[in-house]
Amino acid sequence: MILSTVVFAIGVFGFLSRRNIIIIFMSIELMLNAVNINLISLSHYLQDMRGQILAFFVIAVAAAEAAIGLAIVIALFRNKATAHVDEIHEMKG
Amino acid sequence: MKAYLFIPFLPLAAFIINILFGRSLIRDKAHWFSCAAIIGSFIAAVITAMDVMHGKIINEDLYTWIIAGSFKVSVGFLIDQLTAVMLIVVTGVGSLIFIYSIGYMHGDKGYYRFFSYLSLFVFFMLMLVMGNNFIMLYLGWEGVGLCSYFLIGFFFDKKAAADAGKKAFIVNRFGDFGFALGVFMIFLTFGTVDYVPVFAQVKNIAGQTINLLGYEVNLVTLIALLLFCGAVGKSAQIPLHVWLPDAMEGPTPVSALIHAATMVTAGVFMVARCNAIFNLSPVAMNVVAVVGAVTSLFAATIAVVQNDIKRIIAYSTLSHLGMMFVACGVGAYAAGVFHLYTHAFFKALLFLAAGSVIHAVHHNDIQRMGGLKKYMPITYITMFIAALSAGGVPGLAGFFSKDEIIWSAFASGSSVGTFVWIIVTAVAFFTPFYSFRMIFLTFHGKFRGTHHEEHHLHESPSVITIPLIILAAGAIGVGWFGIPTVLGGGAHFAEFLKPVVGHPEFHGTHAQEFAIMGLSTSIAVTGLVIAAIFYLVKTGIPVMLARNFSVIYRILFNKYYVDELYHYILIKPTLWVANSFIGAITDARIIEGIVNGVPKAIGRFAEALRKVQTGLAQHYAIIMAAGVMIIIMLMLW
Repeated sequence: MILSTVVFAIGVFGFLSRRNIIIIFMSIELMLNAVNINLISLSHYLQDMRGQILAFFVIAVAAAEAAIGLAIVIALFRNKATAHVDEIHEMKG
Repeated sequence: MKAYLFIPFLPLAAFIINILFGRSLIRDKAHWFSCAAIIGSFIAAVITAMDVMHGKIINEDLYTWIIAGSFKVSVGFLIDQLTAVMLIVVTGVGSLIFIYSIGYMHGDKGYYRFFSYLSLFVFFMLMLVMGNNFIMLYLGWEGVGLCSYFLIGFFFDKKAAADAGKKAFIVNRFGDFGFALGVFMIFLTFGTVDYVPVFAQVKNIAGQTINLLGYEVNLVTLIALLLFCGAVGKSAQIPLHVWLPDAMEGPTPVSALIHAATMVTAGVFMVARCNAIFNLSPVAMNVVAVVGAVTSLFAATIAVVQNDIKRIIAYSTLSHLGMMFVACGVGAYAAGVFHLYTHAFFKALLFLAAGSVIHAVHHNDIQRMGGLKKYMPITYITMFIAALSAGGVPGLAGFFSKDEIIWSAFASGSSVGTFVWIIVTAVAFFTPFYSFRMIFLTFHGKFRGTHHEEHHLHESPSVITIPLIILAAGAIGVGWFGIPTVLGGGAHFAEFLKPVVGHPEFHGTHAQEFAIMGLSTSIAVTGLVIAAIFYLVKTGIPVMLARNFSVIYRILFNKYYVDELYHYILIKPTLWVANSFIGAITDARIIEGIVNGVPKAIGRFAEALRKVQTGLAQHYAIIMAAGVMIIIMLMLW
């Protein structure tokens, strides 16, 4: 539990503080894996399989998310020639 | 399926078909549906009327329309003797006018529209006469008003026509307001709006009074006068008569059907239908009689000097409607409805013949006509018959009904009766005078238009002349149902209507009746002869009279300046209030203030909110994380 908390905190910190979009991605993966650790350990404590099943779902979703996310990053890099998120502000209102 | 249901719903079906498919598919074949529908409903009406003659009176509710607490309205039909007469008039005269319209409206770009509205009008008119409660009456009443508006403004690209349509609608609002109040009063008093229970209970409230603005008012009188208010608007009596002459901007068949034969007589029909209420209120009866008589004389004198052929006939219609109200006002409802019935024929004929003339010369000014006799013999003869009938020449339809009214007025014995009798007798002089002035100026003498116009003069096609001939036969013959007993007839008409409207008490002998009849007939013939002298023999006299009595002439020519009076006392102040108060303050400040202010405030708020959206995903992420932190802190508290 402490491990998962630490990993999650690193993920959140990385997500908020880094400018490189690839690092942000890795932070997201860290957060997701922290959640997985949490799910599995709780599942073990409670002797309930549902937590582990959910962890598999999370892994599958994380894989899909990584694939699509990286595709977006590549498309973005081709257009903008940058991987820094603070230079991407087309959505500014 | 009940046979009588075909009567109103065939025209409705024709309206729906024409209005939906008329523009693209049917176009110039619109008359097939409309004419077939109205002839079908005429046949159904004849069958129904036969049933009524055999004593089969229909009164049934088909469908519950509105229920709200104790207020219940049904779509129900009451077909009795009075309705039967109206059904024959509406569908019979209507059929002929529909057929006539095929020729008259031929080639107009709104051909399908014309027939749709005409069919819709007939539907509402039939609902008006067939309904068995006041709400159905009101439905038809407003419906015919709406169709009248559509059809007066049929040539809507002409400003005068569009204005006349609006005028008719707005003036009718005044009357309908009173009528609606009357219906409300009936509901409040009786708790129902069905005819039969209302008329049965009305005796119980005779003499009751109600407190109105601090005055004790007789309840029956109040209801009767409010209802009559509606009749004044719809039947164009003083002071709401101003719309009818302007309504002549509509196509001529419309003038004939709506503004002569049917819709304008709805007021008379309603008063006759509500005779149980009116009979209990001598005050209301006297008002009806006096308003009718005054309108009758007023309109007849105006008609004497007008030059527009359709307006002359329109004023003549006003005058005849006034006479019908005179009859109702002295209690002789049967005579009023009898006159309604004969009037429908001869007045529709006058209008249609005038339409035939207009079709040939392309304008309405009788001063620029003349000598049309040899070009349009059929139109001439039929119009001559109509004028004879309208003028009350013995033997024709108009004579019997008019004489019945004059005699009823005299025989009612009251002072009001005598007063209206004098006026109506005076009108009996003017009616043939202006009718024949019109005929002589139009058909006799030399043509006074241009050579170009003279070249184009021609008799109308047979689709126009055949309805004229049939109506002429009607204008001669329909009065024979009601020949009074003193002339050896059976007064069948009055007998037929007796179960509905009762029979007035007459104070007079047969000798007196003969004397009255002789007097009015000789007055009518005098009018005719004077018209002949003025406009055939010594044509200088009218010009000289107009010059010597120029004040009277100008007052009459300008219709007693009623329009001008209304313009100054009603329209000007209303426009002033509209422009300077409502336009400047309510509209500009209050309404526009709200309408523009609300979006402006929202705009400003949104402008402030926009700054939050930086477009940087990490800003959003920080806000989200902060939110999560706050929630966690709250939960752990």
